[in-house]
Amino acid sequence: MKADPRGVKTGAHYLDGDHACAEGALAAGCRFFAGYPITPSTEVAERIASRFPLVGGVFIQMEDELASIAAVLGGSWGGKKSMTVTSGPGFSLMMENIGLGVMTETPCVVVNVQRGGPSTGLPTLPGQQDMMQARWGSHGDYEIIAIVPNSPQECFDLTIQAFNLSEKYRVPVLVMMDECVGHMTEKVVIPPAEEIEVFNRKLYDGPKDQYLPYEVDNTNGRVPLMAHAGDGYRFHVTGLTHDEKGYPVMNAEVQQECVSRLIDKINKNTDDIIQYEEEQITNADVVVVTYGISSRVSMRAIRLAREQGLNVGLFRLITAWPFPEKRIKQIAKKVKAFVMVELNLGQMVYELERCIAGKAKVKLAPHAGGWVHNPTDILKIIKEAAK
Amino acid sequence: MTEATHPMENILRMDRMPHIWCPGCGIGTAVTAFAMALEKAEIPLDNIAVVSGIGCTGRVAGYMKLDSFHTTHGRAIPFATGLKLANPELTVIVFSGDGDLIAIGGNHFIHAARRNVDINVFCLNNFNYAMTGGQSGPTTPEPAITTTSPYGAFEHPFSLPFLAEGSGAVYVSRWTALHIRRLTNSMTEALQKRGFSFVEIIAPCPTLYSRRNRLGDGLEELKYYHDQIVIDHEADTRELGIGFRDQIVVGNFVDRERPTFMDALNTRFTEVFGKKYEPYGKVAHENGN
Ligand code: SF4
Repeated sequence: MKADPRGVKTGAHYLDGDHACAEGALAAGCRFFAGYPITPSTEVAERIASRFPLVGGVFIQMEDELASIAAVLGGSWGGKKSMTVTSGPGFSLMMENIGLGVMTETPCVVVNVQRGGPSTGLPTLPGQQDMMQARWGSHGDYEIIAIVPNSPQECFDLTIQAFNLSEKYRVPVLVMMDECVGHMTEKVVIPPAEEIEVFNRKLYDGPKDQYLPYEVDNTNGRVPLMAHAGDGYRFHVTGLTHDEKGYPVMNAEVQQECVSRLIDKINKNTDDIIQYEEEQITNADVVVVTYGISSRVSMRAIRLAREQGLNVGLFRLITAWPFPEKRIKQIAKKVKAFVMVELNLGQMVYELERCIAGKAKVKLAPHAGGWVHNPTDILKIIKEAAK
Repeated sequence: MTEATHPMENILRMDRMPHIWCPGCGIGTAVTAFAMALEKAEIPLDNIAVVSGIGCTGRVAGYMKLDSFHTTHGRAIPFATGLKLANPELTVIVFSGDGDLIAIGGNHFIHAARRNVDINVFCLNNFNYAMTGGQSGPTTPEPAITTTSPYGAFEHPFSLPFLAEGSGAVYVSRWTALHIRRLTNSMTEALQKRGFSFVEIIAPCPTLYSRRNRLGDGLEELKYYHDQIVIDHEADTRELGIGFRDQIVVGNFVDRERPTFMDALNTRFTEVFGKKYEPYGKVAHENGN
């Protein structure tokens, strides 16, 4: 499908990441937005509020983030592509209903413009400290998709992809921006609508009495066909463990089936979901793994290291979750060491270590947040890793 | 011979019976009134969505043969808000309990009423948290015994019609599980009213609330309603607090007009953008929502 031209502001713009993200949502076909103001994400909501009236969308400012995410789930079942935007404290409040979204297989997008934490932390300054929360923040076993843009252009492009993945796999997709990327202004090129690929959820259109809301065959990536409220199927949706009918069933067998399918539909489609960027990996002794704003600071450190004769490659996570395990394992066979650069005191580095499983050294370039790394600090760690 | 059928099998999920509710529980009666009201209101069943939160009453959505959503504790109202705004053609009912809607979900309740979102909130009040074993809640009268008020409740309870009116609801009523006909009529009126409509249903929880307070079975509770009820449609909602075993004032208290969220949004944007703005959803409905 091509994008609805009403939402697409074709042209070259000078935008910050937050505004670019809003434009990405509009281009992707987002027509319901519920949110609550929180620094440094508010500009996304503001732009949506100003743009929606003339593109047929409904914006509502809710009373809190608990309400925002609940309304987004409702909006999605009402038939609209739906999104909310927040930052750390609001993200914490949304966790329970992100789980409801996972369990009920509700397509939606949640953007987190990350700031320094814990708690109120650093409202106006950057962090990348919610990366593990993105993966594990809601209770129970599940898989989720989280993507990490590193520029305003990617805030636009990846927000569209977030919607597409969410529609395709019927799962909340998290866009894990950071304050720097959200507030940095760069050129953003928005292509004509007919060049923007959008994916719309697959809807059931069979006989009314035969609809099983959670039935899957193997043709659709283990993703069931959706129906919207008002379509006439009169279906049931619950956060309880449920069978194909969507009816609650409280036993270990149905639990096993229900939860493992939620996990499989992501884990068995990683080749379709995962994206990353590589640079000079082939002959590298050391590979820097990084994402978001940290990847841009790391590039400077990598250049300095190369000038000093070191063979350093870059592996940039575009998809943080599911983690690109397969590719990291291949690289681990050939290199001496990995350096993880992230704006926290160690989060994605644990997943990296798990995948590498001792096959190569792993070093962390930590930072508590509030600013970005100094490239020379990263350089020092690269040099140690190269020894 | 034709097989006997349930009179409500077009509206209840018969394949989910028997339901989980206890003998003498008031929820079943409230559901019967709800089903009858849906028929009386003559809304096509395919256009109705019912949303529940968590709790004994939170299970109502699961038994209705409608588009039905069993959501998280406290969040039925914002979920329903999203559903209604995304598809304004739907008639959306939130059917849940007092703890779910007024304690953990209280903030959403007042804001949805303030915005006058065009949804119907049917709140079953049995004075305690039943699903979790009978704890005290924001409606427990002083000094009722519950598992978390073992020496008698001492917090001042909410009066729900007062809260609803004060927050901006356009339709407010209270009935009990004894008043099936009046409750059905009131639910029908609520369903046909545009805007945020609120119906409180006082109902027995014999298993927990009545037993702990030695109030007898479900029938005893209905006898209490019978003896202590005062019907007064003109009652001032400020006077509607419920004391322990005290009189309960019931009636259709509020019926007023105010622009809904969607009306206000369309009016504003039409003023600002003129012809460029295409009004969202249906602006005015001939009969009801
Ligand atoms: S515990 Fe109380 S409210 Fe729950 S089903 Fe039993 S009687 Fe009804």
